[in-house]
Amino acid sequence: MTWMRSWEGFLFLVLVLIYALNAWTSPVFLTVGNQINMVQLSVEKIIVALVMTFVIINGEIDLSVASVMGLAACAFGWMVQAGVPGGWAIVIALGIGLACGAFNALFIVGFGIPSLVVTLATMIAFRGFARVLVEDRGISGFPDWFNALGQRGLVGPVPLAIIMFAVLAVLAFLILQRTAFGRKVYFIGANRAVAEYSGLDVRSVKIRIFIASGTVSALAGIMFAARVGAIRGDIAQGFELDIITMVLLGGVSIFGGAGTMSGTILAILIVLALRNGMALQNITGHIQTGVLGVLLILSVMVPIIRETGSRLLARVR
Amino acid sequence: MRVSLSTLRILVLLGVFIATVLFFASQIDGYMNARLFNRISGSVAVIALIAVGQAFVVLTRNIDLSIGSVVGCTAYFTGGILMAWPDLPPVLVPVLAMAIGAAFGAFNGFLVARFRLPSIIVTLATLAIFRSILVQSSDGSSITTDRLPAWLTEFATMNAFTVGDLQVRWIVVISLLVVLTAHVFLTRFRAGRTFYAIGSNPDAAAFAGLNAARTIFLAFVISGALAGLAGFLFLSRFGNITVVAGLGLELKSVGAVVVGGVNIFGGSGNVLGVLIGAALIDLIDTSLVRWALVSEFWREAVLGLLILLAVAADTVLMRRLLRRKGGAA
Repeated sequence: MTWMRSWEGFLFLVLVLIYALNAWTSPVFLTVGNQINMVQLSVEKIIVALVMTFVIINGEIDLSVASVMGLAACAFGWMVQAGVPGGWAIVIALGIGLACGAFNALFIVGFGIPSLVVTLATMIAFRGFARVLVEDRGISGFPDWFNALGQRGLVGPVPLAIIMFAVLAVLAFLILQRTAFGRKVYFIGANRAVAEYSGLDVRSVKIRIFIASGTVSALAGIMFAARVGAIRGDIAQGFELDIITMVLLGGVSIFGGAGTMSGTILAILIVLALRNGMALQNITGHIQTGVLGVLLILSVMVPIIRETGSRLLARVR
Repeated sequence: MRVSLSTLRILVLLGVFIATVLFFASQIDGYMNARLFNRISGSVAVIALIAVGQAFVVLTRNIDLSIGSVVGCTAYFTGGILMAWPDLPPVLVPVLAMAIGAAFGAFNGFLVARFRLPSIIVTLATLAIFRSILVQSSDGSSITTDRLPAWLTEFATMNAFTVGDLQVRWIVVISLLVVLTAHVFLTRFRAGRTFYAIGSNPDAAAFAGLNAARTIFLAFVISGALAGLAGFLFLSRFGNITVVAGLGLELKSVGAVVVGGVNIFGGSGNVLGVLIGAALIDLIDTSLVRWALVSEFWREAVLGLLILLAVAADTVLMRRLLRRKGGAA
């Protein structure tokens, strides 16, 4: 029963608790429709949280993800409106996300500027490019097959979004916990200097992670466009808060080197269930965001809470 | 003649500022007039206050992303108090606003200094929390000009003195006084130098017996108090306060601080530079709206790239300087 004492075990108990509470207060919560809805409505955030786990374990941060989502979605909408076929528009929008990631990596790895500063600046800049593209218009009228992918079930009632999340979650888990690349991500995050002296290709690992972050964010932005069926300049604004909260709540250390993919996935489910529960109680989005903020502070305090807890336990024994 | 690095930096910034003015003057007809000065000086007054507060925080190797929400909250709460007690003596109102702002700052400072939590995460969270406090307490209703005492809205356009057509408003004078006070405090007082010491080498500062936690806490309180004062000016200038008041100001303030030459890794920088940084950012912001060649929607993109450029140039230059120093020794 050692897993019960781990952070993941604790998260699992919290998740069960929230599910029980939600099911008790609302009869709708446990229905298949609501459960699918719950994941589908946030799928953009949670697939980015998977990559963000790599970024933060590696000792970096990417604040620009929500802006890349917005830029990719706006670029997609702009291209569709300009007459570019939907398939090509998706490919080019993904390419833009990749380029954004590479741009971040250029400044972070190339010039050695902390990712915090670089991605804070590109968070503003990428959002700015999105606004330049669509100004204050809204764009809709995407191809029917595109909207259907985002809104309707693909296999029975299960939409593409959930299948994609499941596939990406398994992939992310395997890469982080079962490959040499995953071990490097941890090692570099735990002690970059030692990793460099051991001859690890620190730069190439970081470049790959930031490019992945940009590309997946773009994918998430396109999925958002498909789900809503329309885009605007402020699409996905502020999502970085949810995404970083999910990862840190999952037990990933903000200083790098520690955390697990299963922790992130459990935290994702907790945040989803919490938001869904609040929405079912008619609590507005702004207040939900405030609650998320409190949760974020609590989750960075996790190491402190754990330490105090174990000290108290030791005293009892 | 030898010029110190920080003086040089301010001279370069001034040069860039003048070049920007000349550039827009050549692009926009009737650009150089008194109206432009009056408008820009008014909004710089607000942003400079926030940016100076941000500079205190950044000097200690931290960042305060919550101040946009603090400005919104103080503007709203101060407006609410004035609607309830319109006879409050005017002198008391900015003091009250600063106290409200300082309370928000103290919350940030407590979490960062006491528990050593990363400020970027704490203030990203409080950015959302403070905003939701504002939404919750306003319940969707807003403060409107006609329900505020008349002196408040008149105060924003009251002139301290005029030079020809140029009107220098009281809010500009107040803001400049704050900048100068902060400058003298940071450069001439032991307590001010502590902010630099903590930021440039925390270990050395600890060995020297400086109290890092107290200084960092103080930095956040100052940042909150100045954001509160900015909230008061914001209320006075606009009168109408909705739940989105002050949204995005945190990014502008970080921009002003970084462009103004404060090292984002703490420990070095000059408040006068921050003032010029704030003026430069606001100048570009205001001028892009009037520049026919480029859509005003470029504002954010330009701000982001400007911050990136400033940080990159700073990092590369500093590294080169350090290498040269190392080579000479």
